[in-house]
Amino acid sequence: MRVTLNVNGKSTTVDVPGEMPLLWVLRDVLDLPGTKFGCGIGQCGACTVHLRGRAVRACQVPVQNAAGAEVVTIEGLSPDGTHPLQRAWVELDVPECGYCQAGQIMTAAALLQRNPQPTDADIDTAMTNLCRCGTYPRIRAGIHRAAAVVASSAKGGGGTTPDQR
Amino acid sequence: MSTATVNRRTFLRVSALAGGGMMVAAYLEPVGLLAQRGGRGSAPPLDPDAFVTIATDGTVTIVGKNPEIGQGIKTMLPMLIAEELDVDWDVVRVVQGDLDSSKYGAQSAGGSRATPSNWTPMRQVGAAARAQLLAAAAEQWRVPVTELTTASGRVMHASSSRSAGYGQLASAAARMPQPDLETLQLKDPKDYKIIGTAVTGVDTPALVRGARLFGIDVKRPGMKYAVFEHCPVFEGSAVRANLDAIKAMPGITHAFIVEPQPGVSGGVAIVADQWWYAENARKSLQVTWDNGPAATDSTARFDAEAKALSARPAESSIRADGDAAAALGRAAKTVEAAYAYPFLSHAPLEPMNCTAEFANGKLELWVGTQIPAGGAQACARAVGIEPGDVTLHLERMGGGFGRRLTNDYLPEAAVIAKTVGAPVHMRWSREDDMGHDFYRPAGYHFFKGGLDASGRLVAFHDHFVSFKTGDGNRPASSASMGSNEFPARLVPDLALDQSLISFNTPTGAMRAPGSNAIAFAYQSFIDELAHAGGQDPVAFRLEILGRTPLAGDARGAMDPARMAGVVRLVADKSGWADRGRLPKGTGMGIAFYYSHSGYFAEVVQATVDANKRVKVDKVWMAGDIGRQIINTQAAERQAQGSMIDGLGQAMALEITIDGGQAVQKNFDDYALPRMRHTPPVIECHWLTSDNDPTGLGEPALPPVLPALANAIFAATGDRVRTLPLSKSGYRWA
Repeated sequence: MRVTLNVNGKSTTVDVPGEMPLLWVLRDVLDLPGTKFGCGIGQCGACTVHLRGRAVRACQVPVQNAAGAEVVTIEGLSPDGTHPLQRAWVELDVPECGYCQAGQIMTAAALLQRNPQPTDADIDTAMTNLCRCGTYPRIRAGIHRAAAVVASSAKGGGGTTPDQR
Repeated sequence: MSTATVNRRTFLRVSALAGGGMMVAAYLEPVGLLAQRGGRGSAPPLDPDAFVTIATDGTVTIVGKNPEIGQGIKTMLPMLIAEELDVDWDVVRVVQGDLDSSKYGAQSAGGSRATPSNWTPMRQVGAAARAQLLAAAAEQWRVPVTELTTASGRVMHASSSRSAGYGQLASAAARMPQPDLETLQLKDPKDYKIIGTAVTGVDTPALVRGARLFGIDVKRPGMKYAVFEHCPVFEGSAVRANLDAIKAMPGITHAFIVEPQPGVSGGVAIVADQWWYAENARKSLQVTWDNGPAATDSTARFDAEAKALSARPAESSIRADGDAAAALGRAAKTVEAAYAYPFLSHAPLEPMNCTAEFANGKLELWVGTQIPAGGAQACARAVGIEPGDVTLHLERMGGGFGRRLTNDYLPEAAVIAKTVGAPVHMRWSREDDMGHDFYRPAGYHFFKGGLDASGRLVAFHDHFVSFKTGDGNRPASSASMGSNEFPARLVPDLALDQSLISFNTPTGAMRAPGSNAIAFAYQSFIDELAHAGGQDPVAFRLEILGRTPLAGDARGAMDPARMAGVVRLVADKSGWADRGRLPKGTGMGIAFYYSHSGYFAEVVQATVDANKRVKVDKVWMAGDIGRQIINTQAAERQAQGSMIDGLGQAMALEITIDGGQAVQKNFDDYALPRMRHTPPVIECHWLTSDNDPTGLGEPALPPVLPALANAIFAATGDRVRTLPLSKSGYRWA
């Protein structure tokens, strides 16, 4: 079937079976390799993308369920790799093998979207992605770093520090 | 200036490296397995002439020669070169070298060998390039080379105030004679600007953008996708299958039986325009299998045989000092305990995959492998060409952990590509990966320890029950134990004995092979002995480490003094002496282990509630890997990751064998540790010693498993002797 997707702000029509998981459409049909395959059963989170603004595991989403919806992959998280999480990940050199990190960043981005200042407990709850290398301490630090950067730029950039108010 | 001029690169020729033999000597077993399964990489003569390229604009390109599995080697080896070349790291661009032993020498990832093997040669490569730049400047300026200095990619002559950037000198330097590497003066460590700093991984900026870096990301024009259906029973083969029905399915272009041959297990290949079509078609596949000899393998049988073997005299002796039986007989106190640990799967997050293209008698591969030379040879044999007709592009790997030491997935792809006549990307599913691993072998230890009246360890006996393949008489791959296992050499009456269960389950090296399992059994039992003798577990260990080692073969043996150093350091940092202040239900456990030339002692503090829910509050590590930590950030990350890996194994990981198959299929029943299980603090302390630096991919892992089990004992009084801990009812809090 023909399915029209909105991936990273671009409208694209693919002709694939409707039950084909979004993961494979992104990777093998649309050639967006940043979304990774780890388990195929929604356990590892390497394939995490944003669907209608929410973090989902693309291996569990039949492409027909994404028709017309906004899909954001790691390639579209920021135009040039400068999302605060991406910058924090580089500053702290979070990855080891790096295979899971796109999924980690996408899950973390959705977390920050709804909870700009997550606690460690919030991070424990939201960050269920597997990292086989065990970079969890740095992932946690990276989320806190990005949250702090966003908070300070919101204060400075918006001119709404407590003093100014 | 034209772009072409700016980009013209001049190769600096660097003479052959001395000190060959960089093959992964520590990995005798997997290399042996490779030989058995179709080819090992021959130890190549080292003739690299293209590690360093300097452009006229001063940009330096350095080849990272070794496979990158997340250990950070693509960053670390070029750091060594750049340091001695004396350039700023920010002008360095690193590129991954393809397999080319004639240029780069040995290229492999395993055994934590890259640091000790390359520490001197890679610095010599950089120093040689610098020497040629100096020689070029000396000739141009007609001054003695001894009057020249370098800094930040420039050659300087102080007395005439002349200087030139490396880019300006590169062409002339390339014509200079190659220096004798052995006579090159390497930097004094106090002058290091790159070594010993925190250098960001060279691929990190690309990784966070989701750029194409991994084997699974490879795409070739006209490429097809393949799956390989293996016999559910280990190393069985396909007899017949409903191939016509499969070929008629949507998107499928080929379906055929692959006959077993050395290096390739038999199975069914399905090829499609998209991987998902091929994967989906497997559900309709009906195959008659020849299960082969592994079908009777089961954990239940192994457990029963181990118990039976333990009641009989051991089949062979690994080591015998004095008379252990007699010493146990006269000991003031004896302790007996049986320990067991399970099979494990490597489970790197990127499933096995390989892209292959066969045309005109030549094979081109794009693949992640820890032993690329062995992979190329295995493929050559599988498709009937010479190894020289194989080109192997080394892709970044989504984890290795030893899984990619075995090159079984490469020849599968090569055979499929040759049959199909088009580029093929063969990709395993997670279920393929977990069901067709070369597992960390299970094992059993039946210990007896004897203490004298003062609680000192005076007698020790281990009857180790391990595995042999088929009718063999030697331990299977990674199923052996060395003769210098602590407390060997330090207890006068000691026996290490062995009996072997026959099986056909494929096994192989997993991160810290042998050590990752043996550490748990030995360092837990040592803890039991300490408590039985009323000794402090740290003091008990230090007393043994303080003894004079017995004379005799010390191959693979540790230096007890270095180990005592890290034990003291971790005890100090963890506040071991004050652990009496911990609340009820919270305990500290200590363990140490020597592996891969690294000395590691670790303390785990854990809190266990009434429902056996375990929270690891904190971990302290002390490590001695010599005089120099090369990349500080990467070192800490590698050590922390190792400990998180080990904690996860200890708590919850097990592969159960039944009917020659792994019962666990995917991450829902193979519960790797997640963020919420990670200790909030993992302190890493380094003890520098006057020894050449050694590797870090593995040695931080083994001690954490017994340290956790010992902490649980301290918290609860419950001595857990079987892994994973979940079998005894423990769960993560």
